[in-house]
Amino acid sequence: MAITDDVLVIGGGIAACTAALSAAETGARVRLLAHKKSTLRQASGLVDVLGYAGGDGPFADPFAGLDSLPDGHPYSVVGEDGIREGLRIFDEAVGDAYEGSHTDSNALVATHGGTVKPTARYPESVAPGLASASGDMLLVGFEGLTDFDAPVAADHLTAGGVPFDVRGTTISFPKSFRSDAKVTRFAKALDRDEDVAGGTVRSVLADTVAAELDGADRVGFPAMLGDDHDEAVRDELADRLGVQVFEVPTGPPSLLGLKLEDMLFEALDEAGVRISSGNPAVDFEANDGRIETVLVDQKSRLTPYEADQIVLATGGLVGKGLDSNREHVTEPVFGCHVPHPADRYEWSDSDAFGDHAFARFGVVVDDQLRPTTEDSESQFENLRAAGGVVGGADVAREKSASGVSLATGAVAGRLAGEEASQ
Amino acid sequence: MTKSPSVLVIGGGSTGTGIARDLAMRGLDVTLVEKGNLTHGTTGRMHGLLHSGGRYAVSDQPSAKECIVENRVLRRIAGHCVEMTGGLFVQRPEDSDEYFEQKLEGCRECGIPAEVLSAEEAREVEPYLAKDIKRAIKVPDGAIDPFRLCVANAASAIEHGARIETHSEVTDVLIEDGEVVGVEVTHKSGSGPYVHGQPGEVEEIRADYVVNATGAWAGQVGDLAGVDVEVRPSKGVMTIMNTRQVDTVVNRCRPKGDADIIVPHETTCILGTTDEEVEDPEDYPEEGWEVDLMIDTLSELVPMLKDARTIRSFWGVRPLYEPPGTGTEDPTDITREFFLLDHDQRDDLPGMTSIVGGKLTTYRMMAEKISDHVCEKLDVEAECRTADEPLPGSEDFTVLRDYMDDFNLRSPIGRRSVQRLGSRADDVLNSMEPNPVVCECEAVTRAEIHDALESAGTDLNSVRIQTRASMGNCQGAMCCHRMANELAPEYDEPTVRASLDDLYQERWKGERHAMWGEQLSQSALKHMLHATTMNRDEDPASADGDIDFAAFDGGAVTDGGRTGGSNGDN
Repeated sequence: MAITDDVLVIGGGIAACTAALSAAETGARVRLLAHKKSTLRQASGLVDVLGYAGGDGPFADPFAGLDSLPDGHPYSVVGEDGIREGLRIFDEAVGDAYEGSHTDSNALVATHGGTVKPTARYPESVAPGLASASGDMLLVGFEGLTDFDAPVAADHLTAGGVPFDVRGTTISFPKSFRSDAKVTRFAKALDRDEDVAGGTVRSVLADTVAAELDGADRVGFPAMLGDDHDEAVRDELADRLGVQVFEVPTGPPSLLGLKLEDMLFEALDEAGVRISSGNPAVDFEANDGRIETVLVDQKSRLTPYEADQIVLATGGLVGKGLDSNREHVTEPVFGCHVPHPADRYEWSDSDAFGDHAFARFGVVVDDQLRPTTEDSESQFENLRAAGGVVGGADVAREKSASGVSLATGAVAGRLAGEEASQ
Repeated sequence: MTKSPSVLVIGGGSTGTGIARDLAMRGLDVTLVEKGNLTHGTTGRMHGLLHSGGRYAVSDQPSAKECIVENRVLRRIAGHCVEMTGGLFVQRPEDSDEYFEQKLEGCRECGIPAEVLSAEEAREVEPYLAKDIKRAIKVPDGAIDPFRLCVANAASAIEHGARIETHSEVTDVLIEDGEVVGVEVTHKSGSGPYVHGQPGEVEEIRADYVVNATGAWAGQVGDLAGVDVEVRPSKGVMTIMNTRQVDTVVNRCRPKGDADIIVPHETTCILGTTDEEVEDPEDYPEEGWEVDLMIDTLSELVPMLKDARTIRSFWGVRPLYEPPGTGTEDPTDITREFFLLDHDQRDDLPGMTSIVGGKLTTYRMMAEKISDHVCEKLDVEAECRTADEPLPGSEDFTVLRDYMDDFNLRSPIGRRSVQRLGSRADDVLNSMEPNPVVCECEAVTRAEIHDALESAGTDLNSVRIQTRASMGNCQGAMCCHRMANELAPEYDEPTVRASLDDLYQERWKGERHAMWGEQLSQSALKHMLHATTMNRDEDPASADGDIDFAAFDGGAVTDGGRTGGSNGDN
């Protein structure tokens, strides 16, 4: 017998989690169908809403840029209210673990590449390191971690005009690992405060950094200061150093992204959302313009999932919510229409940071966030889309990725929940 | 004591570096100038086939014979650049039996070991060959790394006293009293031991003899000297797959045609190629249909290529040459032999010779011939030793080792590093502590990056071609910035940033030819990492105008004070 729910959300990233939480708020019975690990392990863990649009930016007020966005942008469908709805759900889901909700303004966060970027919400561990706050900064990198070169990042921040002194230093981690050790191995050593010559990992690290402090008000490390006991690690280092300690968000594997994923799934549990994970949705059965069943590939056996309303939040090209071959770009689960140039050489720009058409690939939605056909008719009356699978936004250049996921997730989830409850 | 005669070699490809090594070993005073980095021209843009000679066994037997001789020499002197994969000429049902027999006979006439395999036997060697193939001929083709080969030749030349100058473009050929007496070079930006001039500086380099070894660019250098060198540059596309669908060089056994070879190379396979004459070796169209042709035609031999993932495509230009008046219309019919053009005999311009045509597999033989010629001109009596003395990295070397014990590297990383470095592995891999992995796709450690930087200066594209860092599946998404970081502290932050941008844009250029399916997902991820996570597209350090930092959120006020810095909120 099929598994039956009011709302079935397909996907496992920010948009899917937000849609599920939003739908659950309406009182609907909600299930999240996640295939595999989300792309959050590749994301910095920062929650951007809008930093740049129409050649302007960085915006201190993310809402000020909404009017400059191109037609068909998902923000123009959900509006400022939708964005605020998404942020509210996010703030409630993560609680004190994130900051930024005290103001509408964007913060500027130092990236591991030495630039600054406008973002709306940032992890607690990142907060003391804002580039839009003053206080002289010392950045600390480790010889064995090549992703973050603290002196280069510090000089780069200075070249970008940050309003404080920033220096960088590279030190040996108190414990040596194999050459290809990943950031998680460093975090574990700090979590467990492993014994090393001269003390423990935390105490020896603090002693080494103290010698470099030279009047800095705050000290930043790549985001590897503990995994399970991150707060204890930061507190101990801050105590020993007598200054604020913060983390600089990094690329994959991103501990901050993974922690965000954990928090979102905890919030789903608390909201009573049922979770089925590990298998992909591969097909569906529809009747009279309504999807009746979503078929999930469970070890080559197709298992039916029934729901009154469906939210498609499988991600964009990165999350494989969109697929392509040499001629076509497709949405593989429901076959939704994805507009794209016929010549694949027009999918990208010759400048690596140019205006890439692929960045805006995705399904086209109506004002109810329902994917539409080539003729602008809604494809199925009970299917909505959220997050990266929705086209029209160049989230990378706009710095709007998480915001688009939150806003479309919140609105799609609410509409689905409300309709299912009718 | 008299000063050794001096020779100036133009061109830092396989031929030029081979000549520099040969002449330096013979005791001459050699200077080599190259306008880009080593392998900047054709050498850096080929499919890496070490010919057995089989490809030319019917159409061009003199070339075929040279190939098999040099194939054996290179296995001896350049072991760390060569992977002896073996090769197959595969016949499909629609391919002619007559040609198959001619190929077999031709191989035997040229001294190329050749063995006929049944379809079943061929598929035992290469299981992904199409089910309907008819039979195959097995020959000793292999794969060769042209980058490593050039760098090793340059290193050997320097060991023997040569001066190598990259990023130095010849802007004039100096002629006095009707004789070439040197060149004028203009130095460009670039740094490291191969660069001695300042950007924009013009230098006259005088020499007793000048060798033009610029391949497809030989006509342009000829123009500077007022002589005609009729090279016919011909472009070819090469498409790189993300994995080795075949471990043997697979050739189509038919007379000639586009898209008829697959060369396994390191972690990838390279599909090739086309043959189309172009006007300018630096400015020609690179088009999607050429990529499609590779995939569609070669999947007739290996059907799984149809849906396999490609990671990028690139084009190279062959320096084809034929004597004036030959009048061959189709570039595929132009001989692959090389020609030595003595401008004294040919144009009444003593002091300079051009070398054109030929191919990578025979680079050493070409270098020997022209070095003999130069020595004769300069009255130097010295024997060529390049066929006997191994290149640096290919000296006697025991490959069985415990990577974990020797280098503190996990086995796959250690194995790949040692394959690339050959006999230099101990010196290089033990030079850094700690020695983290910088490029995970290709298993390149910091020590190897720094070893390459010694000759590359700030040119990360040169580091890339020496080490393969950023050439794997992710095309540098994870490692471009890490590679750039290794430039510090020797170089300052703006240099690190500029070098990163160069490498990143270069990677993007080739990736665009592979942007669909898995690789489009990969490119989208790369875009997210560099634009979203690092915000490199809106870098305030490179942008006009200042940011009003005070207008942004400076952190919330909580019980114990602000969680951000000490002030700055709105």
